[in-house]
Amino acid sequence: MHDLIELTAAAAAERVRAGEIDSAELFDAYRSRAAADELNAFTWLAGGPPAQAPGRDAPLGGVPLAVKDLFCTEGVPSQAGSRILEGYRPPYTATVVAQLAAAGAPLLGKTNQDEFAMGSSNENSAYGPVLNPWDRSRVPGGSSGGSAAAVAAGLAPWAIGTDTGGSIRQPAALCGIVGLKPTYGACSRYGMIAFASSLDQAGPLTRNVTDAALLLRHMVGHDRRDSTSIAFPGGIDLPRSEDLTGIRLGVPEELSGDGIEQGVLDSFNATLRLAEGLGASIEPCRLAHAPHALSAYYVIAPAEASANLARFDGVRYGLRVDAEDLTEMYRRTRATGFGAEVKRRIMLGTYALSSGYYDAYYGTAQKVRTKIAEDFRDAFTRFDFIVTPTSPWTAFELGSRTADPYAMYLNDFCTVPMPLAGIPAISIPSGLSDGLPVGFQLAGPAFSENRMLAVAHALEGAIGFDASRARR
Amino acid sequence: MIDREQVLHVASLARLDLSDVEIDRMASELSDVLVHIEKMGELDLEGVEATTHVIDVVNVLRADEPEPCLPVEVVLAQAPEPAAGGFGVPSPVA
Repeated sequence: MHDLIELTAAAAAERVRAGEIDSAELFDAYRSRAAADELNAFTWLAGGPPAQAPGRDAPLGGVPLAVKDLFCTEGVPSQAGSRILEGYRPPYTATVVAQLAAAGAPLLGKTNQDEFAMGSSNENSAYGPVLNPWDRSRVPGGSSGGSAAAVAAGLAPWAIGTDTGGSIRQPAALCGIVGLKPTYGACSRYGMIAFASSLDQAGPLTRNVTDAALLLRHMVGHDRRDSTSIAFPGGIDLPRSEDLTGIRLGVPEELSGDGIEQGVLDSFNATLRLAEGLGASIEPCRLAHAPHALSAYYVIAPAEASANLARFDGVRYGLRVDAEDLTEMYRRTRATGFGAEVKRRIMLGTYALSSGYYDAYYGTAQKVRTKIAEDFRDAFTRFDFIVTPTSPWTAFELGSRTADPYAMYLNDFCTVPMPLAGIPAISIPSGLSDGLPVGFQLAGPAFSENRMLAVAHALEGAIGFDASRARR
Repeated sequence: MIDREQVLHVASLARLDLSDVEIDRMASELSDVLVHIEKMGELDLEGVEATTHVIDVVNVLRADEPEPCLPVEVVLAQAPEPAAGGFGVPSPVA
């Protein structure tokens, strides 16, 4: 049975399709591991494989999928890490979850997360923190921390999460797996509980680049229920590339020097040398406005969140705290149902949008966003991809960064510029620093996922990262 | 930068009750975060257009055709207080 767990998702799907493995057996192998979860990665587990086994020709072969709790799943608790949605069982399923199930990736379980995807350590979940499988005294990153920990620990073959400012890539980096944030609009947001609508994107968290490509292939597409979704030009190919001849990589000094931990920089630089060895050219570049991305992000995302989270009012679903009049009911319900970080962001966003402050904060942030997107466009005239460390540091101790909100926000330093520009980015494990995984990030122009996956695949082969220790 | 009075005003806009302890903490934490955010103000953004949408899409339209929606009982099954085929709420005026 342990052999089953050691197969990558794509390899397992291939074996099921070839009739060498039974998909129900595979499901049960993972289900029993997930049921013994000591990392608090799951908030709900399926009782067993689907009654209707996926057909032998299903492209994803019945390989079960862990789904971040931010995605609505019909009849199954979808609580977004929040007390205010405790016990909520939506009457419909998110488009990407439905597409993946139809392609043969049935729901294994729902994964823990920072409340409404606000956080970088998974310590903001109403259902308790998730532990990092590489070191259980440390955080898995966030907000898709449950999905990342589950995949790294071999409790799930693959998972999906959401990324607003780094919520797929940063936990992938801290857990030693692959995480991809697609181009804005590549995947439908229908049924994803909204945090910041102009930034949110669903994406895969997987053991390797091929698994990420296979999962993404069945996530993308136009959805009539999300008018911001766009048909992916040509679809997603499985990467085969082994070399990087002619690939030009730009290293932005703003995101690869000050504030980055030495061990992370060492791994980053070693990966650049590997890339050179594969034929890539490496040159420094400028993203002059990138240092201001965090400021713009922490205006735009809370502003959008303050509007999106207005729907949690104790009327239609979720928690209600009774009161004499309607307004008091709203106020008490939200006071009881939301955790500290969510309250902070609602307050920050409401303040930034309030009369007299709108231009100074939100207006300015949207202009900074324009400059950040321009910086990337300019860089992509000279480079195929921009590369940076994914996270400024490796997994940190539980509780060590909770006292200072801004210190926690700095986790997103290297990952927020890309969603602000709407462009795709992937994090792949580049090695260990003091026994903890380090992530290497590639960012490319909008809809460059296929080329990006190819480059990541070639690099992955050269790096040869061994993650088996986290699955023991 | 942000005082108790402002916190209470914003909390009222956001329909959020805050305890006394939370009000003080919010004032100090929001002030700290805003110090960093306001560094954006150092940039020269004269004449820069604000981003409204990151991907080049305009006016996505579809035909306005009626289609079935979720059954009322299914939707009300999640409501804290279903009432007379709708959502029950306390009186808007106490």
